[in-house]
Amino acid sequence: MILHDLVSYEFLRVVWWGLLGVLLIGFALTDGFDMGVGALLPFVGQTDVERRVAINTVGPVWEGNQVWFILGGGAIFAAWPPLYAVSFSGFYLAMFVVLAAFIVRPVAFKYRSKRDDPRWRNAWDWALFASGAVPALLFGVAVGNVIQGVPFHFTDDLHTIYEGAWYMKFIGLLDPFSILAGVVSLSMLVMHGGAWLTLKTDGVVQDRARDIGAIAALVAVGTYVLAGLWMAVGIDGFRIVGDYVTNGPSNPLHFEVERTSSWLTAYADRPWIAIAPIMGVVGGLLTYLGLKAGREVSTLLTSKMAILGVISSVGLTMFPFIMPSSSNPQSSLTVWNSSSSHLTLFIMLVVTVIFVPLILMYTAWVYKVLWGKVTVADVTDNSNSAY
Amino acid sequence: MEFGIVELSRLQFAMTAMYHFLFVPLTLGLSILVAIMETVYVMTNRPIWRQMTKFWGTLFGINFVLGVATGITMEFQFGMNWSYYSHYVGDIFGAPLAIEGLMAFFLEATFVGLFFFGWDKLSKVAHLIVTWLVAIGSNFSALWILIANGWMQNPVGAEFNPMTMRMEMTDFFSVLFNEVAQAKFVHTVSAGYVTASVFVIGVSAWYLLRGRHSELARRSITVGAAFGVAAAFSVVLLGDESGYSATHSQKMKLAAIEGMWETHPAPAPFNLIGFPDQQARETQYAIEVPWVMGLIGTRSLTTVIPGINELVATAEERIRSGQIAYKALLDIREARDAADPETKAAFEEHSADLGFAFLLKKYVDNPLDATDEQIVAAANDTVPTVWPLFWAFRLMVGLGFGFIGTMLYFFYRASFRGMSFPRPALHLAVWMIPAPWLAAELGWFVAEFGRQPWTVDGVLPTAMSVSALSVTEVTMTLLGFVLFYTVLFIIEMGLMLKYIRKGPYMDVEETEAWNERHNNRLAGRKNADAIAMPAE
Repeated sequence: MILHDLVSYEFLRVVWWGLLGVLLIGFALTDGFDMGVGALLPFVGQTDVERRVAINTVGPVWEGNQVWFILGGGAIFAAWPPLYAVSFSGFYLAMFVVLAAFIVRPVAFKYRSKRDDPRWRNAWDWALFASGAVPALLFGVAVGNVIQGVPFHFTDDLHTIYEGAWYMKFIGLLDPFSILAGVVSLSMLVMHGGAWLTLKTDGVVQDRARDIGAIAALVAVGTYVLAGLWMAVGIDGFRIVGDYVTNGPSNPLHFEVERTSSWLTAYADRPWIAIAPIMGVVGGLLTYLGLKAGREVSTLLTSKMAILGVISSVGLTMFPFIMPSSSNPQSSLTVWNSSSSHLTLFIMLVVTVIFVPLILMYTAWVYKVLWGKVTVADVTDNSNSAY
Repeated sequence: MEFGIVELSRLQFAMTAMYHFLFVPLTLGLSILVAIMETVYVMTNRPIWRQMTKFWGTLFGINFVLGVATGITMEFQFGMNWSYYSHYVGDIFGAPLAIEGLMAFFLEATFVGLFFFGWDKLSKVAHLIVTWLVAIGSNFSALWILIANGWMQNPVGAEFNPMTMRMEMTDFFSVLFNEVAQAKFVHTVSAGYVTASVFVIGVSAWYLLRGRHSELARRSITVGAAFGVAAAFSVVLLGDESGYSATHSQKMKLAAIEGMWETHPAPAPFNLIGFPDQQARETQYAIEVPWVMGLIGTRSLTTVIPGINELVATAEERIRSGQIAYKALLDIREARDAADPETKAAFEEHSADLGFAFLLKKYVDNPLDATDEQIVAAANDTVPTVWPLFWAFRLMVGLGFGFIGTMLYFFYRASFRGMSFPRPALHLAVWMIPAPWLAAELGWFVAEFGRQPWTVDGVLPTAMSVSALSVTEVTMTLLGFVLFYTVLFIIEMGLMLKYIRKGPYMDVEETEAWNERHNNRLAGRKNADAIAMPAE
């Protein structure tokens, strides 16, 4: 294996940092509307048939969408092993709740309409609601915590140690800023679910999805701007100090890190990254207007633009930090100290370059085959095969 | 309290992995059986084959969803409960997991929705392609997962990097074409095919006993038995291939399975049954079959298979060598790039045994402080508990031969006795349904319990692999998973039974219209072959 020497380690790290973003955004764009529809389910569907209409808009695609989540886990493991090791064991109980949601959701989709008993169906509807809303909230809470730094440090053997009692690792996640970040994420995905239902349904389900989606869009934009202001005045940033190399071994203990007054100094250093938050805000407002005006395809696109802007703004602002440590800044994970080896990053890039375009192609084909609205008649005529 | 975390984490992994594997084998096999049935439908146009595809497809779907749901836990719990493992070997182990997602899981999950929802939206051939893509995706999934698992059994293509305190990949193709991984893959998917065959035959037998859906049931048994014969031979013969590759890489596991304490002169005998005694280090009342062990394990009459006692002596040497590596590692880490060449050379020479020094961490914080007694104790720790391995393996193999017999019998009745099956055989088929699951779980038990005390054989001890969590946290998630999985299992079984009782949805109009056309065709042809008549 010498091929990998043709591509520099530093370059591969930046590419994989970008691909980490692509995965998170891909997950939010696809599985995001599944979660949004789940969170909207009790509100857009008052009767069983209305709920089945909403569920069947995602019925044929949730399995593929959920793979973005699983691939996210696998890709972080392969490309950023220390991040995988530190974050999942650090957010331990929160991760358990997210996993529980992602386990119960497929089952709820598949099993809900397999019995006629209203109590059975009602129970699964609540499961769909909770398994959509709770992870949507918790993902934002996790991002809020990462922005502020997480209390962990490494031993010389690179064992990860977390500061504080076990329950603080869960309750302690819910500080005001992180809750605000959670509201941004939840409202953003509800907006996305509303835009999806607007495209895929008609009649009363569509009307309700538009109304709630529009409110969610405003909430998302408002809380996102508020979180930005908060970061300007109340949240410290991090920076690497001293001499360091960007193509050295992945060992966090080889770096010196100190706190700064704010993350937002990044916008002075790299003004072009302002495009991300602008896309987030403009996308959110356009989605609000689109939902109000009853536009369908373009509204789903602006909703995607908002999500793209919001998620990438977090990554671009924090670069090169991925998961800073609040209690021991020197242990912070950055692009330069927490990747896989040069060879592994290269091999994974080759595999990604081959397979991601294929995945996008066949996923697009599946959506094309399924193009069109799901109506009440579709559900009642196919009550054997529909969810 | 570190000990508690290790035990709880192991229990949790065993529980979630074995639960996940209740659903995987049926997914692997039934996806292919369904694709075969649909292929027959597309080639012959006979509605019965589409009804079969849809019926078994429904059962496939109920099972598939829990395979997906419980697989999520598998992908994330390495980071949650096995944080140091994830750091230490993620550079190698993470890659096949990610490639599995990119290459296989995306394929099966994206198309499985179209399998259920695409009947009216796609042409016959397009739908058939979708079904095959689901089957291929499922099976490729297994390949990559077993490449990851195979590396834990036989860690090739990687070396330790003192600067990053972890194993790093040196040769991707060694990881890919790891002989253990390849043997495990074929063995595991064959086990899945046997499972699906036994399931299809058992459910169909139940219909025949009740006098229901006999058209569908007879054809299903025929497909299941034909597929099952090949699969049952493959699972046993290629299980033997696993044994052969185990002699190269996992000598301790092989000796423990065999209950072979002392090295025998080649070719070693095989203990058919016996009672392994861990304390006395002997297998009592053993019934030996001469030569068989040597032949299976080495495929020669002259190669010696080492016994447990000899392997423990080797382990002791490797622990002492590992201490030298550990000492050099500390110096290199301290000096970073400036370490002197002598230290580096010492590390190079002994780094393959570094993991053995970590075995001492159970007794002392710094492996360099270990006493001779502790080194001996750590060497003894490399022996897994023998009796469960010994018996689990024999039960699994016995079941494997049982499958060959059953499949051959049903294949014979289906092919040469006009698809007529005596009632006792049908009863047996129904009662056999749980057997392949039992065999598969026993197989995983042998593979994983037999690897102890290592997570990665010879590289990283299990006790060192865990996360720094509290006992409370791991207990909470363990109880959470037990509760949650039990509820899901009850619901799943309930639905499975409901849909089996309900039976296939037979479109009578469609079937009759087809029969009429078919009869007209036959009537217009000379020498019409009566056997070609559908039996309705």
